[in-house]
Amino acid sequence: MADSHAASALAHQFEDLEQQQEAASLGMWIFLATEVMFFGGLFAGYTIYRNLYEPGFAAGSHMLNVTIGALNTTVLICSSLTMALAVRAAQMGKRNALVSFLILTIALGLAFVLIKLTLEWRHDYVEGFVPGLNFTFAGPNAKSIELFFCFYFLMTGVHALHMVVGVGVLGVLLVQAWKGRFGPDRYNAVETAGLYWHFVDIVWIFLFPLLYLIGGRY
Amino acid sequence: MATAAGDLENRVHYLNADYGIKSWLLTTDHKRIAILYMASITFFFLMGGIAAVLIRIHLIEPNGAIFEPGTYNKLFSMHGIIMVFFFMIPSIPAVLGNFLVPMMIGARDLAFPKINLLSWYIFMVGGILTTYAVIWGGVDTGWTFYTPLSTTYANTNVLSAALGVFVSGFSSILTGLNFVVTIHKMRAPGMTWFRMPLFLWAMYATSIIQILGTPVVAVTLVMVALERLFHVGVFDPAVGGDPILFQHLFWFYSHPAVYIMILPSMGVVSELVTCFAKKRIFGYSFVAFSSVAIAVVSFLVWGHHMFVSGQSVYAGIVFSALSFVVAIPSAIKVFNWTATLYKGSISYQAPMLYALGFIGLFTMGGLTGLFLATLATDTHLHDTYFVVGHFHYIMVGGAVMGYLGGIHFWWPKITGRLYPDGWARLAAAIIFIGFNLTFFPQYMVGYLGMPRRYAIYPPEFQVLNVMSSAGASILAVGYAIPLVYMIWSMRYGPVAGPNPWGAKGLEWETPSPPPTENFEQTPVVTEEAYAYGAREV
Amino acid sequence: MWQGFQIRPDQASTIAQGVDYLYYFLTAIDLFFTAVIFLTIFYFALRYRRRSEQEQPQQIEGSLPLEIAWTLIPLGLVVVVFLWGTAVFIRNSRPPAASTEIFVVGKQWMWKLQHPEGVEEINELHVPVNRPIKLTMTSEDVIHDFSVPAFRVKKDVVPGMYTELWFQATKTGSFHLYCDQYCGTNHSLMKGEVIVMEPTDYEQWLSGGIRGGTMAQSGAKLYDQLACITCHGTGKGPSLTGIYGKPVKLTDGTTVVADDAYLRESVLYPSAKIVEGYRPIMPTFKGQVTEEQLLQLIAYIKSLSPQEGKASK
Repeated sequence: MADSHAASALAHQFEDLEQQQEAASLGMWIFLATEVMFFGGLFAGYTIYRNLYEPGFAAGSHMLNVTIGALNTTVLICSSLTMALAVRAAQMGKRNALVSFLILTIALGLAFVLIKLTLEWRHDYVEGFVPGLNFTFAGPNAKSIELFFCFYFLMTGVHALHMVVGVGVLGVLLVQAWKGRFGPDRYNAVETAGLYWHFVDIVWIFLFPLLYLIGGRY
Repeated sequence: MATAAGDLENRVHYLNADYGIKSWLLTTDHKRIAILYMASITFFFLMGGIAAVLIRIHLIEPNGAIFEPGTYNKLFSMHGIIMVFFFMIPSIPAVLGNFLVPMMIGARDLAFPKINLLSWYIFMVGGILTTYAVIWGGVDTGWTFYTPLSTTYANTNVLSAALGVFVSGFSSILTGLNFVVTIHKMRAPGMTWFRMPLFLWAMYATSIIQILGTPVVAVTLVMVALERLFHVGVFDPAVGGDPILFQHLFWFYSHPAVYIMILPSMGVVSELVTCFAKKRIFGYSFVAFSSVAIAVVSFLVWGHHMFVSGQSVYAGIVFSALSFVVAIPSAIKVFNWTATLYKGSISYQAPMLYALGFIGLFTMGGLTGLFLATLATDTHLHDTYFVVGHFHYIMVGGAVMGYLGGIHFWWPKITGRLYPDGWARLAAAIIFIGFNLTFFPQYMVGYLGMPRRYAIYPPEFQVLNVMSSAGASILAVGYAIPLVYMIWSMRYGPVAGPNPWGAKGLEWETPSPPPTENFEQTPVVTEEAYAYGAREV
Repeated sequence: MWQGFQIRPDQASTIAQGVDYLYYFLTAIDLFFTAVIFLTIFYFALRYRRRSEQEQPQQIEGSLPLEIAWTLIPLGLVVVVFLWGTAVFIRNSRPPAASTEIFVVGKQWMWKLQHPEGVEEINELHVPVNRPIKLTMTSEDVIHDFSVPAFRVKKDVVPGMYTELWFQATKTGSFHLYCDQYCGTNHSLMKGEVIVMEPTDYEQWLSGGIRGGTMAQSGAKLYDQLACITCHGTGKGPSLTGIYGKPVKLTDGTTVVADDAYLRESVLYPSAKIVEGYRPIMPTFKGQVTEEQLLQLIAYIKSLSPQEGKASK
């Protein structure tokens, strides 16, 4: 019989919990498809201009801090690991492990955003690399470098926004996990959130080489 | 037994289950949300329609009867933006789709009712923003926002209009997401994919386009906004951008978008033709697969809007070929609907008149698409009134008539009331006549070379313009009449009962108006769609 | 005959009739199938009208042969139309080699035209009849479109790039020129006329209008004013003699053709493509030359090629 802890109580439109969970998963996959198209438009624009303005984009890429970018990449990949472990903990009904892994994932996600804000973007602002705010670079290829930074801030900014939303969602799940709402037969919400988290991670895995590693310096 | 009218009042259904503004504004019932949408899009249709009336009056005179060119430009931009994004795209999916998708599959609601309500609020926010943009100061870039005009040279409310459209896109995405999950996961026992009414296949195909296409135009509008604010050089060549890239990104969505506008109507027509001929659809799987084929191929043809843009000849050839391919599934549907009438038992109530009108007008308008898919003729016809005639035949002669047919068909289910069919048929006839008078001359004046979006035109085009404007006045009358009798029917119309048309479909096996939960018990499906001619149970 | 009532514009170019034939064929298909559908529906609706509420029509599932037929026949038809239309289009996009070149700059809300002989026109284009004319066009601001319905030609005029169209007029007379891409407030006022003249009249008109020399001569003056020779005549920059239309090897290993677009880009964005063996030291002239002046410079550089003598006239 169904778990008496009605965390995700059966919504009235569904016949049974299984249908509800399948619907939630499919809904998340479709939502991720729309996200692929959304980021895809940006990637398409970036790729076209990267080909049109190779020297400028390479120069812009060199002005980014690869070390911090790599650090952030590591942070995110670890957070995907902890997220996967959280899902597994939920699957196995291990409440304490689930809570710990969720906290870790949240911490790593916040670390990512903080590193980006304080170490990268603040530096970019100080150096005058922010189009629209204070872009003051005036060497060769200045215009295409400005365009590069436009794409850089737009793409990493939208990505960071998705991270923040993800952290929020995980926060809500954390509270529910603490209250013992998840178990082997009702861990679907954690799994669905995990899907979203992994997707955000994958977007970064594409962003990092495209933004930081072009220009043939490696 | 209580009278039918008493039954309407005594029985609890979704309309009287709860009263008060909160019960409407915070509803998660897909049927109430459908009505919220119906009210909103009717408002936007009136707004866009008033713009159209003003445009046609202005064009009676070659030098423009009323407006300065600057104001005229704002009018046609407003007409396009409001009609495309706030009427056509939501119309059938958000009104009829929301109401019927759960009922047709035997479910109690959509998969995500709260997201459904959210999508209406998002739509309203987008609508309010855009209304502000077009009324207070206006926008004069056309609904197509071509750069660098929109990013750099226009000094009208481009940002707020773009923002309004951007926001409304999410409403479209969420509706599509809801439908796809619902159709995949919540069909009643026995309702296999190939037992679904074709309206559901059409909604499914439409939803795929909404989900995959809308995000691209969303991100494109973000880039336009950024360009306008910061001049970074993404679309403005003066600072290194590529204006043709904008066109590619814009049309990548906006071409599939026109299939968002027509596919649902095609789904409605399948329902109407089968009911009013009392026959199963001829070639069910062909019609079903055609819907999906149209959705898929629609993503491959956007370049046919750009044959004279300066894109390469080879790109033009590829897009032209694919544009012909996308016409074929639509042709298949037209033949199948026509064949459905063969040896049927045909009655001519208003919904059927709209359906038959759709088939004829869509055929003519769709075939004018061939003129535009053909590279050599498109060179001459691009951006002339021929194009305006083409898309209005499909969208007004096609999609709007499909919408009206659907509203007339399911009105008894939605409201529990019947409207006077005589007036309805009269209105349908007036609309048909007014429509053809308005838009057929546009093909002719287009081939003669009259460009579109012209506030002032050479005098030799006046006769055809006056004919078009005369037709528009008739069309306006035709649209006004249903407003009157539909509203009248809500109070004074005869009670409809569960199935006034004798139609097949799960939605007709529940009372009119339906209870909030749609069905007392989850139905079990044992027969094919449109099982007319089966023994009455 | 209705006075002045036409169903098609004048056929005033070599391609107009071909386009019209295609149009007539498409119209015939459209009207034919529309009539077939309308009449069939009409016939079925009458013949099979409901005579009693009890009648049970025969339920027909479908017919595979019919589906195949009405898939393949339309497919065959559209293939024919596609091939025909593409063939005409390809022919209509290739300007004949001996075309007279005329240069168009569109801007809000007027057309500026330059003949190579140096005559400049506004909103009017004088051309000789029965000679192929190639227009090279660009915009100073937003996207416009150069459209002459009587010739059945049209092409967008895009800022930042050159687009082309060609035509050969077959009748003398005056034919409407429209801007056919919405370009702002006075889009509908951006109209003009193409005035087709007998060759002798055209020559006369041409000689009456020359003021400052041919386009190439104006380009030479600019070349002096802007001191291009300090690099391009001393080996610091590549020599421009004979480069027009020839392949150029770049520092990144690729090869491009030195066409109009390449020359324009080199003046405005010199660091975009560097010729092999040279350093990126050319300054940009953006903001110092107008689009018309760019075309004059290009005409001058073209004139430095011995083979170009015929075409640039």
